[in-house]
Amino acid sequence: MYKYNEFDEAFLAERNAQFRAQVERRIDGSLTEEEFRPLRLMNGVYLQLHAYMLRVAIPYGTLNPNQMRALALLAEKWDKGYGHFTTRQNIQYNWPKLRDLPDMLDALGEVGLHAIQTSGNTIRNTTADHFAGAAADELTDPRPYAELIRQWSTDHPEFQFLGRKFKIAITGSDTDRAVIRAHDVGLQVVEKDGKLGFKVIVGGGLGRTPMIGQVLREFLPQADLLPYLEAVLTVYNVLGRRDNKYKARIKITVSENGIDTYRAMTEEAFLTIRGQYDGTDQQLLEEIKAHFQAPEFRSAPTDAFDTAYANDPVFRAWADTNLHAHRAEGHAIATISIKAHGATPGDASAEQIRVMADLAEQYGYGELRISHQQNVILPHVHKSDLPAIHAKLKEHGLATANLGLISDIIACPGMDYCNLATARSIPVAQEIATRFDELKLEHDIGHLQIKISGCINACGHHHVGHIGILGLDRAGVENYQITLGGDASENAAIGTRTGPGFAYDEIVPAVERIVETYLSVRENAEETFIETYRRVGMDPFKAALYPEAQKKVA
Amino acid sequence: MARAFTPKVITANDLLEGDVIYFTAQDTWTRDLSEAELITDEADAQLRLIEAEKQNIKIVGAYLADAKAGPNGPEPTHFREEFRRTGPSNYFHGKQEAEANV
Ligand code: HEM
Ligand code: SF4
Repeated sequence: MYKYNEFDEAFLAERNAQFRAQVERRIDGSLTEEEFRPLRLMNGVYLQLHAYMLRVAIPYGTLNPNQMRALALLAEKWDKGYGHFTTRQNIQYNWPKLRDLPDMLDALGEVGLHAIQTSGNTIRNTTADHFAGAAADELTDPRPYAELIRQWSTDHPEFQFLGRKFKIAITGSDTDRAVIRAHDVGLQVVEKDGKLGFKVIVGGGLGRTPMIGQVLREFLPQADLLPYLEAVLTVYNVLGRRDNKYKARIKITVSENGIDTYRAMTEEAFLTIRGQYDGTDQQLLEEIKAHFQAPEFRSAPTDAFDTAYANDPVFRAWADTNLHAHRAEGHAIATISIKAHGATPGDASAEQIRVMADLAEQYGYGELRISHQQNVILPHVHKSDLPAIHAKLKEHGLATANLGLISDIIACPGMDYCNLATARSIPVAQEIATRFDELKLEHDIGHLQIKISGCINACGHHHVGHIGILGLDRAGVENYQITLGGDASENAAIGTRTGPGFAYDEIVPAVERIVETYLSVRENAEETFIETYRRVGMDPFKAALYPEAQKKVA
Repeated sequence: MARAFTPKVITANDLLEGDVIYFTAQDTWTRDLSEAELITDEADAQLRLIEAEKQNIKIVGAYLADAKAGPNGPEPTHFREEFRRTGPSNYFHGKQEAEANV
C-alpha cells in the first residue's frame, strides 16, 4: 500500500504544528471561534452535541495493522475506548478534548494518517470499493487512481474553496460496492479495445435533493484522468451556484444546466487543460502503482476450511454470509461485521480494533479495509486460516454472521451525537437488529439493506436503502419516514416514500410489517426483497402500513 | 400576531471540554441545567445572550434554548435539549455518566 515519502511526512508534520499553534491561539483568546472554526474543520475537528468530534480519513478504506493499532490507541488514550466507522471510509471519535486534538493528530501522523479535507468545501477523501485489489470480479485495483486523486487534490489551490464539498468514489468492478452513482463524481475502471479507462459518472448525491449520477463520459483513457477531473471541477466552479448552499452541489449544477451542456463545457475545458499536463502525473501514477502490488498469494490445501465448513454449523453460517470470492486461488475476502445485534452500527472497541489488526498481520498479508457499510474487511485470507480467524473473532464479539442481512444496518450518529440531527438513528438500528434476531427470521429474509439517517443530510444513505428510514422532528417529537425500493448498487435507485411517518415507538413494528409483507408476497425464497419490491410495487406494503387509509378507500 | 415568548435558558459548549454548559444568573457557567437562569422576559433574552457571549474566550456557540420551570429549576421542552443535558442513548456517556460518578 501507499507509503508516505519525505515530502508527505514533512507536509503532515507542518500541518499538525500549524494546527497545534492555532489551538493554543484559540485557547489564549487571540483567535475568535469564527476565526478558529474553519481552521479546526480543515483538520477534521467538529463540535457535536456533547463534545468535540475528530474525523480521520481512511483513504480508499485501506489500512495496515499499525495504522489500525493507532486507531485503537486514539480510542483508548483520548476517547472513551471506541471509534465509529462511517459511511465515507472515515473513523470518528466522539469525545476528544480540545487540548488533546493536536496530540491525536500527531499520533496519526506517525502512521501516515490524517484528518485533512475530511470537512469543508474541498475534495474529500476519495472512497473506493472495499474489496479493491482482492475481488474476483474486478478488472483492476482502482486504489492507485484514488491515491493519485488524493495527491492531486490535497491542498490544490483551486479546489480549497469550492462551491460545496466534493466527493469522489471509484471502483474497478461492474458490481458497484462503492455507491459511485450517489457521488459528485463516480469512476468505474472499464476496458475498451484492450485498454483501460474510466466510465465517468457525475451529479449523483443524496442529501435533501437525492439524485442518481449520469454518465458524463462512457470511456476516458486512463492517462486523461486528472485533466478531465480538473475540467469537471473547472466547469463546476464556473456554473455552480454559490448563492444558495442547498443548490451548490454539482448534482444541482448538472440538473439545472442539463448533462449535455455540462458535457460540452467539460470537453471544451478539457482540451485546454490537457495541454498543461506534461506526463508527470503518469510517472507519479506508475510510482504509486508500485505501492499497491498485490501480495504473493500462497498456495496451500484448503482442507481445514472444508472440514470446518462441513462440521461446524456456526462457522458455516458465517462463511455463507461473510465471505466473498477472491481473485486468487484458495483465498477469500472475509468481512468482519461490527454490527452485533443490538450494538451501535460501526462502533468498534479499542480491543476489537487491535484484534482485527493482529488477525490482519497474522493471516491477512497485513491488509485491512473499511467499508462504507461500516464493517471491517480482511481482503486477503487463505481459506485454510478461516477457522482460526473465526474462532478468534468469536472470542471478541466480532463473528456476527449478518453481512447483507437485515441487521447489517447503516446508521448515522443522529441525535445521539450530531448537532444537525432532527431525530435519533442509532437506537432505531439497535432495536430493529435485536427484534429480527429474536424472531430468528434474518437468514430466511435474506439480502435486505436498511439505511437510517437522523436528518435530511442523508449521511446514513437512507435514500438508497432497500428500506430507508429518515428521522425528522415533527412538532417537537421524533418521527420517521420510510422509503422503499432504494438501491445502492450498480442498479442505483432512490427510494419512494411510503406515506406519513411513524412515531419512535411505531417504527420497528412498521419495519416488521414491511418484512412480513415481503415474506408473504415473494415468489420463492430466492426472490430478494428488492426484487420483490420491483415486481409488486408499493401497494401491498402500503396496505400493510396504513390499514386505516385502505379501509377509507374501500 | 407575534408568537408568544416562551421561557429560555442560555446554553453553549465549553471551549476546552466541549461539553454542554448553561449560563447562570450570576454570569457564570454551570454543567447542570437546573442551575441555569430561566429567562422569562423577552426583553432580557437578547441582553443576557450578549452578556454570555462576552465570555466567548471560554465557550463556543451560545444560544437561547426553550425551557420551562420545574420543581428543581429549568427543564427542557424539546428532546434535543433533553439529550444535551443527559448524553447519548446508546452508551452511558456524557452528563449521565458524569453524574453517576459524583
Ligand atoms: C457530526 C457529524 C456530521 C455532520 C455535521 C455532517 C454533515 C453533513 C452535511 C451537512 C451533509 C449534507 C451535504 C450536502 O447536501 O451538501 C452531509 C452529507 C453526508 N454525510 Fe455527513 N455529517 C456528519 C457525520 C457523518 C457521518 C458519521 C457519516 C457516515 C456515517 C456521514 C456521511 C455523509 C455522507 C455519505 C453524505 C453524503 C450525502 C450526499 O451525497 O449529499 N456524515 N453530512
Ligand atoms: S444525516 Fe443528519 S443527523 Fe445524521 S450524521 Fe448526517 S447531519 Fe447528522
